[in-house]
Amino acid sequence: MKRGLAEMLKGGVIMDVVDVEQAKIAEDAGAVAVMALERVPADIRRDGGVARMSDPAMIEAIQAAVTIPVMAKARIGHFAEAQVLEALQVDYIDESEVLTPADEAHHIDKWPFTVPFVCGATNLGEALRRISEGAAMIRSKGEAGTGNIVEAVRHLRSILGDIRRLTQADSAERYAWAKQLQAPIDLVAEVADLGALPVPMFCAGGIATPADASLVMQLGAEAVFVGSGIFKSSDPEAMARAVVEATAHFKDAQIVAKVSRGLGEAMRGAEIAGLETRLAERGW
Amino acid sequence: MHKVGVLALQGASKRHAEALAALGACPVEVRTPEDLADIEGIILPGGESTTMSKLLDLAGLFEPLADRLREGMPAFGTCAGMILLSARILDGRADQRCFGVLDVDVRRNAFGRQVDSFEAEVAVDRLPGGGFPAVFIRAPVIERVGEEVEVLSSVDGLPVLCRQGPVLAAAFHPELSDDLRLHQLFLED
Repeated sequence: MKRGLAEMLKGGVIMDVVDVEQAKIAEDAGAVAVMALERVPADIRRDGGVARMSDPAMIEAIQAAVTIPVMAKARIGHFAEAQVLEALQVDYIDESEVLTPADEAHHIDKWPFTVPFVCGATNLGEALRRISEGAAMIRSKGEAGTGNIVEAVRHLRSILGDIRRLTQADSAERYAWAKQLQAPIDLVAEVADLGALPVPMFCAGGIATPADASLVMQLGAEAVFVGSGIFKSSDPEAMARAVVEATAHFKDAQIVAKVSRGLGEAMRGAEIAGLETRLAERGW
Repeated sequence: MHKVGVLALQGASKRHAEALAALGACPVEVRTPEDLADIEGIILPGGESTTMSKLLDLAGLFEPLADRLREGMPAFGTCAGMILLSARILDGRADQRCFGVLDVDVRRNAFGRQVDSFEAEVAVDRLPGGGFPAVFIRAPVIERVGEEVEVLSSVDGLPVLCRQGPVLAAAFHPELSDDLRLHQLFLED
């Protein structure tokens, strides 16, 4: 049942929002859910300092303002923040590398929670470790706040490519895969049999245009998270609507072309090599 | 019915398509008006009803699909799909539309937020093989049932599965269980 909500979000766009006004713009544009946070990743990068769970009052205001699901972020390993978010009845908790980690060895044990969790992953081993801890959805991490799709593509290709290779492994080789991936053998075997993760896999980190959304959906993502890409563009309403349409019609280049016209400036974006902090490296 | 459309703009369409294929039907993903051409029936899946309503409009699909439904094409709506089929959405967004081929009024997310989602075995009238494993996720509630609507199952006095002519609708998600009996019922009718 925890995985069920992720099924309902498939083919949709989950948008980062920092206030009620942005949440309404996101819902108007057809977002399937919003992620309530204090600063979008691009601003967290710019401002520095410790990034924490959002103010409960802000999360509650957004819950009151929209009818779609509301997600919120907790720091990696910060189970007390997650408990607070569960008390607020958020619909999903993102244990997120975008916030400053609270624990450098342990992620949250997610099984005791009623609220489902989504966690980021850069490779298959990381994804399976998060699932073993109780994550009900995986998102490829990408590099949040950059507007640069290259890391999202790297992570998606790594996860999905390894899944394809794993399905070819014989029963003995599965144990070697488990060791190499540092993941439980039962999950490795399940992925080998299914040819897919046992939970939905969405994509995050760097999506800034409708074509970016189409790209990652065609690569195998089942829905997309857009953080800074909407509200750091010059026309957020138009960009939000266009990304929603491009995600729904990701295989139809005519529609992606149509919705990409005249959107103004996409977010400025950043080269990965020039970054001070690689958020995707957070997670163990 | 053989060729059955599954509205694939957003939501759990894949699970419905898998269920149809397992029963020997031929699922057709529906995203544009052209996709309606060959289908004999359609499933409207779970997902976000506000998003689907918007995408139906943007794709120019709302009116052609509404025409087919009014002409009597069989339809099966689950959760958000049931909301789309209903006559009235009591707490919907102002711009949210519904097809009005199932004479019920619905209230969205009326069972609560995700933490209130639940699973229950529900008794279904005339369905052989015992209770049905029903998964309710931020489920809608039917608050008014029209005279021509037959209620097939209820939970705590609230209708959760109903039928009106060729239209079948569930507040829960049969596509998330491995039980194919409701898909079978839809294909047979």
